[in-house]
Amino acid sequence: MPAWRLSPAQSAAGDDRDLPMYRYDDFDRSFVQQRAAQFRDQLERHLAGQLSGDEFGHMRRQNGWYVQRHAPMARIAIPYGTLASSQLRVLARIAREHDRGYGHFTTRTNLQFNWIPLERAADVMDALAEVGMHGIQTCGNCIRNITADAFAGIAPDEIADPRPFCEIMRQWSSLHPEFSALPRKFKIAVNGASEDRAATAWYDVGLQLVRNQAGELGFQVRVGGGMGRTPMIGPVLRDFLPWQQLLVYLEAVLRVYNEYGRRDNIWKARIKIIVKAFGPEFTRKVEDEFAAILCDDGDAVAPLISEAELARISSHFGTPPGVRDEAECAPDVRIDTAPAYRRWLERNVHAHRLAGHRAVTLSLKRAGQAPGDVTDAQMEAAADLADRFSAGELRVTHQQNLVLPWVRAAELHALWLQARSAGFATPNIGLLTDMICCPGGDVCALANARSIPISAQIAERFDDLDELHDIGDIHVNISGCINSCGHHHSGHIGVLGVDKDGEEWYQVSLGGADGSTASGPASAGRILGPSFAADEVPDVVEALIDAYRAQRSGPDERFIATVRRVGADPFKAAADRARRTTALAA
Amino acid sequence: MKRVLRFVDDTTPVELVLANDADVQSIAADLVHMASVALVFPKWTDGRAYSQARLLRVRHRFAGEIRATGDVIADMMPMLVRCGFDAVQLRADQSQAVAERALSFFAQGHYQGDATERLPRLRRRAELGA
Repeated sequence: MPAWRLSPAQSAAGDDRDLPMYRYDDFDRSFVQQRAAQFRDQLERHLAGQLSGDEFGHMRRQNGWYVQRHAPMARIAIPYGTLASSQLRVLARIAREHDRGYGHFTTRTNLQFNWIPLERAADVMDALAEVGMHGIQTCGNCIRNITADAFAGIAPDEIADPRPFCEIMRQWSSLHPEFSALPRKFKIAVNGASEDRAATAWYDVGLQLVRNQAGELGFQVRVGGGMGRTPMIGPVLRDFLPWQQLLVYLEAVLRVYNEYGRRDNIWKARIKIIVKAFGPEFTRKVEDEFAAILCDDGDAVAPLISEAELARISSHFGTPPGVRDEAECAPDVRIDTAPAYRRWLERNVHAHRLAGHRAVTLSLKRAGQAPGDVTDAQMEAAADLADRFSAGELRVTHQQNLVLPWVRAAELHALWLQARSAGFATPNIGLLTDMICCPGGDVCALANARSIPISAQIAERFDDLDELHDIGDIHVNISGCINSCGHHHSGHIGVLGVDKDGEEWYQVSLGGADGSTASGPASAGRILGPSFAADEVPDVVEALIDAYRAQRSGPDERFIATVRRVGADPFKAAADRARRTTALAA
Repeated sequence: MKRVLRFVDDTTPVELVLANDADVQSIAADLVHMASVALVFPKWTDGRAYSQARLLRVRHRFAGEIRATGDVIADMMPMLVRCGFDAVQLRADQSQAVAERALSFFAQGHYQGDATERLPRLRRRAELGA
């Protein structure tokens, strides 16, 4: 066995102490164990008939257990997308021993299991707790797992590393007693780079690290973004919030939401609804509450983050031992004449703040497997690659791929060869087949329609790499229902499954944006007429792509730029020409 | 400040019942004369009274009894105590023994500050030099 391949037991025993991640101390470990013990007590009372299904439902959801079509879904938190190889191996073991041998990475960088019997829930929680993992607050009306830029701490365009703040917020939000029964779920995303890679405008709270004119660090704070039935871009409530006051501001936002958020209608219960309805009054309420916490609560210091606390948490997120600037070494494309290698260098390899280093995306978008799905063997293969090439660390991206953050440029070719044999080297990152897609009606009880077969048909239609590269950067996002787990609103092309009289139909939208520079300001796509039949969707996507290629000003104009320049009409006309079953309705 | 949790029933008198959509500020001036306030959970999943209790205890320094009433179930105990409640009127079908056991978890404390322990753990650690 290679020296870098640790068994789960060895890894769990503490060989992760050199990882540039937050490392649990005795308190953190005991916290997760206590939560597992508390859940076991609740589960046993439920199974003994002493706790009703409805009441137990709220408790299990706040631990990540969600009843689905076939079995409870277990949603495991991967805080701000950072994952140790040892943790991924335990997830692989759980997939093998308790599930059907696979898991699914989500747009919120969690991992979902779909086939674990509820009776085994407490055992699975114990297994997760061994490596500091859990499903706490991945479901339910509480502050959910916090997401961040997958390239945090390694990106050359970073203003400041968001992960220490994410960890501070993780601790602050974990079992917050006052905010454990909110009107609805509450999601926070954090970005520390000049490029927004965390879709912050689409979150209940979106935090962007910024420096003010004096050079001090703080956050631009957006509140009230969200997808679902009422897509909203979160307005900026504060241009500059000193980082020391981050938790005070969040407490103020959450308290106003807890008091005024609507509880009469689940579809109007997210914070975005009151942000919009109250207008400037919402900001005033938050600012008043913020001032009251600091002035009237008897301790103006306790709620602040101190320099010492930030320094202590930040010390967890350094550079791994032995990793340092090296002579810059441009990857030698002559080393391998395979076009796939050149394309992989172009699409899956990303710039790094350290000279001589790169970040590499392992694509989870490949023929024959649903986007974001990984088998137990693939999880172990990815863990091996992380140990061999990336100091044992991986990141989960909100586009449902994995990133190796610490790859030496000199080892790119060796990594490519191994990634290719493990099925992770599809050179399609950012291209049409790098689709975001929720699990949909195949497993999800909420879904109105299946999403995975749609993504499979689109991927099949665009299986030519030359064509994909010619089409270039594009976001195709697919959700099986209006809950928008597949972020269809922010897709350049968005596909939404809808139910009409028990049949599956699909709304197609155009021109949505996640807020990245290339996509333009965050916005929801425009719906292209009545819904399409399932078998029309791949034709519609193809028609939209053909319309783009006919209209684009040159090979460098991206799909979204052409849509912005020429408007939706030629695209809508092209989509309508692809109608067959729905031709009369249109 | 740690308080002893008292289990009461609907025969135990209380001076004021505050609806969960009422502004705590509206009774602020009267608090000094009051020995007990009951807050209401119309459903146990409606957490508005948690915020009210926290405001009464921390912002208004209310030293009297804060009682949880309504759809109060045993599993709410940790949140109730941490938000400043010190009296609980359990829903009729709930067991006091289970409620007491629900308080036995997390003996080592929690991450964030609350009405009983103002300092978050981060700050406690920093001050202890840990």
